[in-house]
Amino acid sequence: MSILIDKQTRLVVSGITGREGSFHTTQMMAYGTNVVAGVTPGKGGQFFAAAGQQVPIFDTIAEAVLETGANTSMIIVPARFAVEAIYEAADAGVSLIVCLTEYIPVLDMIAARAYLDAKGVRLVGPNCPGLLTPGQAKVGFIPGNIAMPGPVGVVSKSGTLTYEVIDALTRLGIGQTTCVGIGGDPINGTDFIDVLKLFEADAETEHIVMIGEIGGNAEEQAAVFIKQHVSKPVTAFIAGRTAPPGRRMGHAGAIVEGKSGTAEGKIAALREAGIPVAENPDDIARIVAQRMGKA
Amino acid sequence: MNLHEFQAKRLFAAHGVPIPRGDVARTPEDATRIAADLGGHVVVKAQVHSGGRGKAGGVKLAHSAAEAAAAAQQILGMQIRGLTVHQVLVDELAPGGIAQEIYLAVLIDRARRRPMIMASAAGGMDIEQVAEESPEKIIKVHVDPFLGVRAYQSNFIAARMGLPRELWAQFHQIVTGLYACFKANDASLTEVNPLVITGEGKLMALDGKMTIDDNSLFRLPHIVEMRDTSDEPEAEQKARAAGINFIKLDGNIGCMVNGAGLAMTTMDVIKLYGGAPANFLDIGGGAKAEQVATALRLILSDANVQAVLINIFGGITRGDEVAKGIITALEQVQTEVPFVVRLAGTNAAEGMAILADAKMTTAVTLSDAAQKAVALAKGGNNS
Repeated sequence: MSILIDKQTRLVVSGITGREGSFHTTQMMAYGTNVVAGVTPGKGGQFFAAAGQQVPIFDTIAEAVLETGANTSMIIVPARFAVEAIYEAADAGVSLIVCLTEYIPVLDMIAARAYLDAKGVRLVGPNCPGLLTPGQAKVGFIPGNIAMPGPVGVVSKSGTLTYEVIDALTRLGIGQTTCVGIGGDPINGTDFIDVLKLFEADAETEHIVMIGEIGGNAEEQAAVFIKQHVSKPVTAFIAGRTAPPGRRMGHAGAIVEGKSGTAEGKIAALREAGIPVAENPDDIARIVAQRMGKA
Repeated sequence: MNLHEFQAKRLFAAHGVPIPRGDVARTPEDATRIAADLGGHVVVKAQVHSGGRGKAGGVKLAHSAAEAAAAAQQILGMQIRGLTVHQVLVDELAPGGIAQEIYLAVLIDRARRRPMIMASAAGGMDIEQVAEESPEKIIKVHVDPFLGVRAYQSNFIAARMGLPRELWAQFHQIVTGLYACFKANDASLTEVNPLVITGEGKLMALDGKMTIDDNSLFRLPHIVEMRDTSDEPEAEQKARAAGINFIKLDGNIGCMVNGAGLAMTTMDVIKLYGGAPANFLDIGGGAKAEQVATALRLILSDANVQAVLINIFGGITRGDEVAKGIITALEQVQTEVPFVVRLAGTNAAEGMAILADAKMTTAVTLSDAAQKAVALAKGGNNS
């Protein structure tokens, strides 16, 4: 099994004809992802050719859903159009939206997230590397060749750091159920806790790796959640121990966040909840192997 | 992007938030003229992108145009937390004096995913201490993005603060105006500290801070015009122009990495092995050779750098492009600084082949790369 994406995924890609969009769609199709439609306003009726297939292009996501039964949307369009595409995907009736685009204005995301919550549509991202269910489907950037099917669920705020960890797990012969990049933006669609719930409920996931970084308090909240609701072993890493504190304007940040948000605070909260936190990303795979009795 | 106080207050005023009369001076002569126009009783305030101005001596009262000039003379050129003061704001004093200082801010509450209004009747310089010792004195109200601020919300804040009832209507106008200003300018923070009740019984924003969401600058030309780069290091300005995320630090190991999380982790691992990073540098996703060359030139422009660690895990970014960029940069910049290169992921083998002739130290894992860079940087210190 797996979470969020699998062989049943029918993907529509917004931005399929763009430079990044066409490159990554080709990669996803080569991996075996079922890409059923593309969307580029003004190019409806054309086709996107890759991996020996012809994918129909539509002007709107709604048409793509009506004509092809797409159930998952991936958005890879420039930042100024991305929020519109999120609303469009939600209205078109897909159940999962994956937004890879970075630099979306935060206030736009606040409104979009409120809208999605009211509609009951799940968003992963924005500013994220997407998802990979090894051997089944890839929605986003995560290189397929570094992963393999297996029992570890990976959830991360980071992109390339996640690749490091997946690669190290695979080299130790430990595969993954699904790898989820939730993105590091202040306001995102899916958080650590949402993914932890899914991994906890997934029969094939035996172990969870969680990779956080400085800022916000999602890791602290996840630590409390894991202690109370997650029965599976979790191994963690936090990036940014040596990051210099930003030059703070005004008092609001200090009043709201206090000492949370720092790497020290997050590591302490996780250890408090009984979760091993690796000192070095190279250690994560080793710790997982040890805890799974494979070392 | 951070705004200066005078810029923030002008935006407040455009949204109906009352501010004192005043203007910006870059010379003591300017300050004289402005103070004279305002009747002589003024406050002269350093305009730098930093808090703690008052405690650093960057805010002075004056009771004549001559005193204002003297105050400006003292403040201009002053260093506040490492930033040089190039301009001062000369403001009239609150009409009738200050009866009470209130704290009022609109910011983003990440955990609740809503804009939040935060207020306290105990405003002023010690607000952080108030928040820590008496959190009940900080009143917080969240704003629905589709509803905006409602009158019952500002009334709730006013009531909890014990604000005199005759000021509630004006307070509502100020809260609404501040929220409109926050929203119209894509701010992540607008802060008024203090918002005062003047001796004449009116509310007025004496100070203002604003931080703008950099992601929104494409639709805010009036904000981009306000950018003051005079206190930003030259290397960081160049990096921004090239689309590279760069922060200079105090160590001696230059870092070039793709992805912010991996870049921070590379710094962490350098520290773990006893070294010190000279910078944070994220070349972003899909960087081409030219961008890599620009990044390397930035790193090498720092005289403290004794070794350079390049750590690329290719996904969107390709190892061969990075290698070409390194070679290009080294053709343009003569350097004796040793390099440690670690390429993994997409086209890593092709990249390593390109670098094979350049006699660089290579590494397979991040730990290995960091240990080698730390050793090389220490060697450099002895020479």
